[in-house]
Amino acid sequence: MYLNQFLLLAAFLFCVGVYGVLARKNGVLVLMSVELILNAVNVNLVAFGAFHNTVVGQVFALFVIAIAAAEVGVGLAIVLLIYRNKQSIDLSEVDLMKG
Amino acid sequence: MLAQNVIFGAIALAMAAAALRVVTTKNIVHAALYLVVVLAGVAALYILLAAEFTAVVQVLVYIGAIVVLFLFGIMLTRAPIGITSDLDNNQRGLALVVSLFLFGVLGAVLNDAYGSTKLASDNVIQKSADVGNSIFQDYVIPFEVISILLLAALIGAVVIARRD
Amino acid sequence: MLRNAFLIPLLPVISFALILFFGKRLPGKGHEIGVLFVGGAFVLSAICAAQWISRPADYLPPTGHAEAAAVEGAHAAEQASTEAATDEEHPADGEPAAEGEHEVEPIRKAEVREVVWFETGGVEIKAGTRMDGLSVMLVFVVSMISLLVHIFSTNYMHDDRRYTHFFAALSLFTAGMLVMVTSSNTLQLLFGWEMMGLCSFMLIGHWWEEKNNSDAALKAFFTTRTGDIGLLVGISILFFAAGHTFDTETINQTALSGTISSGVLVAAAAALLCAVVGKSAQFPLHTWLPDAMAGPTPVSALIHAATMVVAGVYLIARLYGVFWAGFHIGDGGINPVALIGGVTVIIAALLAFVQNDIKKVLAYSTVSQLGYMVMALGVGAWTAGIFHLFTHAFFKGLLFLGAGSVSHSVHSFDMKKGMGGLKKTMPVTFWTFLIGSVALAGVPPLAGFWSKDEILVGASGNGYPIFLVIGLIGAFMTACYMTRCVYLTFFGEFRGHGHPHESPKAITGPLVVLAGFSILAGFLNAPGIELFSKWTENTTVLAAGVAHHEFSIGLAVVGTLMGVLGIATGFAYYVRNLGPHRLTQRNQAALTGYKILENKYYLDRLYTDMVVGGLKGPVARATYWVNQNIIDGVLNGTAAVSKAVANFTYSVLDQKLVDGLVNGAGAGAEEGGSALRVLQTGRVQQYAAFLFGAVVLMGGALVLFV
Repeated sequence: MYLNQFLLLAAFLFCVGVYGVLARKNGVLVLMSVELILNAVNVNLVAFGAFHNTVVGQVFALFVIAIAAAEVGVGLAIVLLIYRNKQSIDLSEVDLMKG
Repeated sequence: MLAQNVIFGAIALAMAAAALRVVTTKNIVHAALYLVVVLAGVAALYILLAAEFTAVVQVLVYIGAIVVLFLFGIMLTRAPIGITSDLDNNQRGLALVVSLFLFGVLGAVLNDAYGSTKLASDNVIQKSADVGNSIFQDYVIPFEVISILLLAALIGAVVIARRD
Repeated sequence: MLRNAFLIPLLPVISFALILFFGKRLPGKGHEIGVLFVGGAFVLSAICAAQWISRPADYLPPTGHAEAAAVEGAHAAEQASTEAATDEEHPADGEPAAEGEHEVEPIRKAEVREVVWFETGGVEIKAGTRMDGLSVMLVFVVSMISLLVHIFSTNYMHDDRRYTHFFAALSLFTAGMLVMVTSSNTLQLLFGWEMMGLCSFMLIGHWWEEKNNSDAALKAFFTTRTGDIGLLVGISILFFAAGHTFDTETINQTALSGTISSGVLVAAAAALLCAVVGKSAQFPLHTWLPDAMAGPTPVSALIHAATMVVAGVYLIARLYGVFWAGFHIGDGGINPVALIGGVTVIIAALLAFVQNDIKKVLAYSTVSQLGYMVMALGVGAWTAGIFHLFTHAFFKGLLFLGAGSVSHSVHSFDMKKGMGGLKKTMPVTFWTFLIGSVALAGVPPLAGFWSKDEILVGASGNGYPIFLVIGLIGAFMTACYMTRCVYLTFFGEFRGHGHPHESPKAITGPLVVLAGFSILAGFLNAPGIELFSKWTENTTVLAAGVAHHEFSIGLAVVGTLMGVLGIATGFAYYVRNLGPHRLTQRNQAALTGYKILENKYYLDRLYTDMVVGGLKGPVARATYWVNQNIIDGVLNGTAAVSKAVANFTYSVLDQKLVDGLVNGAGAGAEEGGSALRVLQTGRVQQYAAFLFGAVVLMGGALVLFV
């Protein structure tokens, strides 16, 4: 097996995730796309860990999984709050930062 | 060797297709289910890479917990269940261009750097015990930090989402 | 005691915990714990200081001479490996003004004690104390002033509703400062630094029921936090540049050895300078310090005059090797450190003239004096800068506590409406305040004269003539506004209400002690004695080859003359009403100048209206600081900076100097700013698209061209 096959697949996942983050309007779907990005990173970590024959890659992947769990928890809470305040989770309507 | 490559190809195809569907489907619940396919595919990749423990954690945490959380999020925000054409914003073109170029750059770099690098064929299975030892010996401080982070996220989520 | 120096910060920490848990149940509501433990810390630091002074000066620092390499100690190996390079990189002895050529003079060896705090990823993170002259001096000053402020507060804060919490925060603050100055590594330094930031926030907002106070607390917190990003970045850069270590000594020696590339050093020094600008209230982030006067007066005395604000100065002094090598301080000319210090000296002193609030006058004076210290370090006068820190702590603490004593009696801070004629009714306060003012004005033989003179000598000797002039002008202005301040407060007719009376012993006691130090502290480094430089100078300073210059009678006379002239001018203008009064009503230019000063150079307006105002709304306020990381920072920053530049040029330079010429440029920049604002739709996803787009472009450029 080539190392690159894993890395390219991860890169593809990453880009799909980026597309989702940029183009999706629904807050929950944006969070899902973020998960795609994080998983792409994890695949990279584990693949390099296997390549260098060390467990460190896995250790960091596990840390990323834990952080992803925290991120989803807080992210969904924020989405919920937006929904409660605006009765919608359309992110293109959230533009209070307009200059 | 061949068997591994065939399996990888199958997994990769399924994952790629499912990932694309996650970001393009018009049904929000389907998106969550396609996400399950991607996450399971990642777990399978971990198995291929001889990282069993991480694969198990991936299944438990991601598919077991995070996807369920997403489904709850969909439910609580009363997202339209069923087909809606209203899930994308108006910058799809920009997003497509950006992500395609991003993939182009990443692909070029990876091809350049690791074009012919092979994984060792006698990949030893990394035992869960080794992972545990590593976490609790070399990386015990980041581990503790992450537990505090989780606690903070827990409290934060409660505070943010609380009705008051 | 030097070995057990960790006890000194530990005592206030224990005091904090005890006050928090048991304070309310005690008869004194917790102040007895605070005074006792901080007093204990003071006694320990006094012992430390005594031991340090009696320590034999037998350590030969490595300055590049082979025989000096024969030193024992933990750092010997790495220093020895770098010392050859030290000499090549710093031919300081080749300078024209090298009478003070550093022959190897033995110094006291620093006492380092470290334990492994934790180990992660193969890197040992240590915690420990490093006691050398610099830290011993600061520990002594900090714990002493803190003790006096504690005693002062027992009376001043009497009947306050959060009396116990006040003392708890005061103790924690003291602990933070002591942790910082005793630390042997940058990580611990950061820890103490942030502890102080937190306590400063709590104490400025002590009376948070009033919106002004809580706003001031937030402002102080956020402004210093802006600088703290620099500290974090700087520490990270140095960690990697110095070979995975946080140890300050190693960092200094590595920086001086020239093994770190100059680009990296400049980046690290610039990042650290950001932190200094934030914490030590240097231009352009000085705006928080005058607002911080919303806190109780003892807090202003302790935190915003004598200790916390000098943390930035301490940072430069501690990591002097980085600044020395990064900014080429030894070469003369102009460098960022000296420039920021010099600018601050002048603009803050100007602002002090138009304030009517006695604490604000003192606050701007503090900013200006901090500018002096930074400038001194910037022109290579290390000892002078530290010495000024030392003397300034006494007389500025004294002045603030004196102002507190006055306001305690007349219940007002306004010099024009609430004070006047207090000389008779408050004799002790008057005389001590006068001593502090004269010391600040730099009249010999009081403390301020000696330290200020040394800075001037350093500036002239190291080839920084511009900063010598700035220093002299600053001395003149300092003397002048202090005359105004003393006159308005203590002379003339009483303009307030009620019957002012002398403050009780708990308040006047600290004043008298500080007045004594304000008179005597300067002699420590007077010519012929020069104990201070012997006690404080450490291996870094010697390795850098900081030049020493002889006391010069001429400069001393000129410096004194500037001070006396300042007092005379102040006396003539404010007391005898000589000179052009009511200028602001007759002359357009004078009025404009006055308005600019009154509006503090419009900096606040720039920060709040231009930068923050663009991001109104509740979500924006909460996410503003997070948001800086996203493209918003870049876009808004560009827009705000161009607008700011335009506005600044417009209001300051234009109206005064070159109206027609600059007007065009200003307007152009402003239009550029408005044009960029169109891009700001407020939609995060669009910003993210730009962000990724920019990343792709940069990545693509790297792939294609590198």
